[in-house]
Amino acid sequence: MTVPKRIGKISFGLISPQEFRRMSVVKIITADTYDDDGFPIEMGLMDPRLGVIDPGLRCRSCGGRPGECPGHFGHIDLIAPVIHVGFAKLIRKILRAICRDCSRLMLLENEKRMYLEQIETLVRLGQTTDDVVNKVFAEARKHKVCPYCGSPQQEIKFERPLAYVEEGHKLTPSDIRDRFEKIPDEDIKVMGMNPDTARPEWMLLTVLPVPPVTMRPSITLESGQRSEDDLTHKLVDIIRINQRFQENREAGAPQLIIEDLWELLQYHITTFLDNTVSGVPPARHRSGRPLKTLSQRLKGKEGRFRGSLSGKRVNFSARTVISPDPNLSINEVGVPLEIAMELSVPLVVNGRNIEVMRDFVRRGADKHPGVNYVTRADGRRVKITDRNAEEVADQIEPGWRVDRQLMDGDIVLFNRQPSLHRMSIMSHRVIVMPYKTFRLNPAVCPPYNADFDGDEMNLHVPQTEEARAEAEILMRVQENILSPRFGGPIIGGIHDYVTGNFLLTHADRRINRLEVMEVLKKLPHLELPEPKGFDEGGEPYWTGKQIFSLILPKGLNLEFKASFCMNCDACKREACENDAYVVIRDGQIRCGTIDASAVGAFKGKITDRVIKEYGPTVGAGFVDGMTQMAIRGIMLAGFSFGIDDEDIPKDAEDQIEDVLNAARENVSKLIEAYQAGELEPLPGRTLDETLEMRIMQTLGKARDNAGSIAGRYLGLDNSGVVMAVSGARGSMLNLTQMAACVGQQSVRGERIRRGYDGRTLPHFRRGDLGAEAHGFVQSSYKEGLNPTEFFFHAIGGREGLVDTAIRTSQSGYLQRRLINALQDLEVQYDGTVKETRGIIVQFNYGEDGVDASKRDYASPENVHRIVQRVLGRAGR
Amino acid sequence: MSLSEKEVQKRIEDLPLPQSIKRALEGELKGIEVSEEEFGEVAGLVVADYERSRVEPCEAVGVVAAQSIGEPGTQMTMRTFHYAGVAEINVTLGLPRLIEIVDARKIPSTPTMTIRLEREYALDRDIAREVAWSIESTNILHLGSIATDLAEMNVVIDLNEEALLLRKIAAEEVAERLAEGTKLSADQHGNQIIMTPPEPSYRDLLQLVEKIKTISLKGIEGIKRVVIRKEGDEYVLYTEGSALKDVIQFKGVDPTRTKTNNITEIGDVLGIEAARNAIINEATDTLREQGLSVDVRHIMLVADIMTCDGEVKQIGRHGVSGEKASVLARAAFEVTVNHILDAAVRGDVDDLRGVTENVIVGQPIQLGTGDVQLVAKR
Repeated sequence: MTVPKRIGKISFGLISPQEFRRMSVVKIITADTYDDDGFPIEMGLMDPRLGVIDPGLRCRSCGGRPGECPGHFGHIDLIAPVIHVGFAKLIRKILRAICRDCSRLMLLENEKRMYLEQIETLVRLGQTTDDVVNKVFAEARKHKVCPYCGSPQQEIKFERPLAYVEEGHKLTPSDIRDRFEKIPDEDIKVMGMNPDTARPEWMLLTVLPVPPVTMRPSITLESGQRSEDDLTHKLVDIIRINQRFQENREAGAPQLIIEDLWELLQYHITTFLDNTVSGVPPARHRSGRPLKTLSQRLKGKEGRFRGSLSGKRVNFSARTVISPDPNLSINEVGVPLEIAMELSVPLVVNGRNIEVMRDFVRRGADKHPGVNYVTRADGRRVKITDRNAEEVADQIEPGWRVDRQLMDGDIVLFNRQPSLHRMSIMSHRVIVMPYKTFRLNPAVCPPYNADFDGDEMNLHVPQTEEARAEAEILMRVQENILSPRFGGPIIGGIHDYVTGNFLLTHADRRINRLEVMEVLKKLPHLELPEPKGFDEGGEPYWTGKQIFSLILPKGLNLEFKASFCMNCDACKREACENDAYVVIRDGQIRCGTIDASAVGAFKGKITDRVIKEYGPTVGAGFVDGMTQMAIRGIMLAGFSFGIDDEDIPKDAEDQIEDVLNAARENVSKLIEAYQAGELEPLPGRTLDETLEMRIMQTLGKARDNAGSIAGRYLGLDNSGVVMAVSGARGSMLNLTQMAACVGQQSVRGERIRRGYDGRTLPHFRRGDLGAEAHGFVQSSYKEGLNPTEFFFHAIGGREGLVDTAIRTSQSGYLQRRLINALQDLEVQYDGTVKETRGIIVQFNYGEDGVDASKRDYASPENVHRIVQRVLGRAGR
Repeated sequence: MSLSEKEVQKRIEDLPLPQSIKRALEGELKGIEVSEEEFGEVAGLVVADYERSRVEPCEAVGVVAAQSIGEPGTQMTMRTFHYAGVAEINVTLGLPRLIEIVDARKIPSTPTMTIRLEREYALDRDIAREVAWSIESTNILHLGSIATDLAEMNVVIDLNEEALLLRKIAAEEVAERLAEGTKLSADQHGNQIIMTPPEPSYRDLLQLVEKIKTISLKGIEGIKRVVIRKEGDEYVLYTEGSALKDVIQFKGVDPTRTKTNNITEIGDVLGIEAARNAIINEATDTLREQGLSVDVRHIMLVADIMTCDGEVKQIGRHGVSGEKASVLARAAFEVTVNHILDAAVRGDVDDLRGVTENVIVGQPIQLGTGDVQLVAKR
């Protein structure tokens, strides 16, 4: 294989008129495009030498067919020079800085030398020269008399959009060009320009390059009519005016007409380059739509740079809706058969695999896993059909390439947008499945931030050995369980996985043989421990903790507080009556319940420890085992949540009623005190603010009290509480709102105040400061809200929606800026962090050279563990 | 045979480890008898684990840092104002604050300072209060009332005796400051000051009133409010408005523990290293307040690229991204056309070393596995 060619560097510069002519294949002189027969007119805008777009024709310059020929530039000779809009400001600066007679930069020799030195130093250091160059222009402009030829200078006024006025006379582009031509090379350098690549006079166009037809293809409508590209329209205008200009000049037309035509030519060329110049009316299409000319093609999100060059479209990819499948491993992805038969993996035939390849080819393209294409040693591609499958299979020899359909075990990249972090693209192993959705284990939802309410995801098939190796070594799901953001596990149990483990391991749940078999049936062969005991019937039983311990690696030691720890004043540790203190010794759970803080996404302490001590493969195995076990565990008894789970007894309802009435009472007392002027303002607050804060406080407390009353009647037998307490989903606040009281609705952290004159709704008196009048919702969701409450609730809800909408756009832009600023930074072999210019940003990455996702190995806790291990072994 | 404490310390110092781990190891081994072999084993394991935790060369740490800070942005609240620490002072938090930090704004939307006092001032509420009052910018409304007399066409200021005493300012002084600020004469009789506008017009009169209200009579201009709060056993001052340079020179203020949330100001007063630390602290605090954990190393990298050439640069078009070496990378970010036009005039050369440039020309990027220049010999 030959080493691929690399583009080493790209240099930028202005193109001289000579260069334009040299690279041109044809001089365009007629504004017509096609003749009556539909063939391109020679020396017209669609000249066949400019490249081809019509199928069947060949390019007259290179002989290529459409798609092969990149297109070739032509040119138009302009009758008179025209200013390039992009350089209008720079032209102004130069005009003011040079002498109007001798064209020299009006600085003294030593000044020039000094500035030139500064510029050269800055260029060498890779820094911007803008400041020095601006200084040069500012200094040069100050001279009222040329220091070289002594001629007095005139003020040059710039008139929008493109006129330079000296002593009341407009300078024509020809005048400007004449002056610029005389500027010596040394002076150009002082102005921050490189005279070899950019002479100032080249900023005034005398030759206009005509872009090849390939970049302005015309489309044939169904009616057979041709519709030309915006650029072609603009070029037609330019050629027409250019011709008229020439005719008029040759005919000796009056100066006034010549000037008008010149200006018109200037206008057309200006809009050809940029159609959004301020002060220039944009050129429009017949329909009134502004034309999309050169600048517009480059600019913006859908422009050439961001839309076409930085973001490219790819083959070998698929996209469809995702759905959950807890039976898959976390590093697998279910791919619909239809997609698997479309995507392919290229395999090179060799002596060892030739027979296998023959079998694949023989199967054809319609039988999975078949072959879609075969590439022969000479590069010819053959599409495999039922008819030629047998024949091609026999022809195959080593060196051919076979595009085999995707099958189980292939490695693919899986991605969900927005790709906010690197875990948004991970590699999975393919499992081909029936039906039409991608399937994934719900435990990998957190890194993708995916759910199954209609989300779609993309899949890419790596096509080279290198790509597959990188995907497998660096991008597998298990390599990405630990997030580089905080060094903890980002993959773990969610929702039912957490609930399942909680139910299985909480307290001393007894599980009989049949149930144990059910829970363990999807797990690899495990040795069942001694039963914990025997029930009345003499049947053996095990505890959930024993069963969960089966998937923990031997030798694991861990102690932590579970998610539903009540944060008692004095932790009783092992003796915790809530079973909320987890102790694991040598891979056996001694006490405690497994919940979100043990195996949950973002916080799973066991997952974290297992990966860090036993490596990602064991870690992934643990997560797989945990999910399988949890799903079976939750199905032993079943788990559901319904409206009756929000029921609370009558006396609880009465108590809540009392609490809320008392709160309302307190609020009215506060208002009375306020109106009587007896309210004491809080320091630094006005009286009104104090009242608001006190009312908010009172009502907030009332809601909390109502919640705790409801909570007293809802215990661990309530599935809502189980979910909230174990960290699976929801919170006690959600339950409070459903069962007891929804509470105060707020806008910008304040009670709702806007609405009608002096009141929020016509249901209230003007000036009413009471709880109900400002958005306190006393009802619970289960009870239902009354109309005013409903309305206030909608107000509060709307704020949330608006908030999210704005946040996504703002944080998206923040992310783009951060990525753009930091993307080139890389750790060097010597441990420093450098950017592309070679500037050292950090001498040692993060001051200690530690990778954030592996930071635990370099932590004080790890030192403690090591010391304990070494010294503890000696019996101390 | 066990090693002496001195020997242990010396050996720890010689290990190829960062300071934080050395200190941890020292702490762990303090007061424990360790033999030569045991120390060797511990040191070996610690060093091995440290080596294991090192970043791999060619790692694209920049992108990881950017993602680690950008990704939690989606989870942050938009609520601009929140009451943090002190209920009385508003501070911008959440996403808007994070954006403000990376924007390197000259003045944050809610500048505030945390002023800690020297020991002898910090413990007594009254003394602390006195410092607070001398720092807080005092205007006429703090000291009394202001009224216009339309018959006489003059402004009558009635000073409150108590307020004057409390804020330790004399009526004469007030009059003097007012005269200075307005360049008019101020007639002071006891606790009354009368001022007359140069022209007896209604408009001038009202303008004079407004002008008088803005004049700072005492304290530091720009510090609109000072609030005292007890933290632990000492009193701490929180301010609305920021003037670090003036405040740290104040008597009683502990300059080493006084800070502002205005990063540019810190850079101007204390230098670029201090600004870098301020960026790290402010960003960490903002993220932590939102309950998001982000490794400091990522924030450090952002702070370092913002400050690495001696001034605080914005993350964006007018700062880091605008000064990149590559024309294509700049053009692909923002203001595409101008960058290309300028590059043409200057005759810039793009060396295609960064990420965007190589993506644009369709080559492997020079980062991570793409930066390994080894070729297998056949």
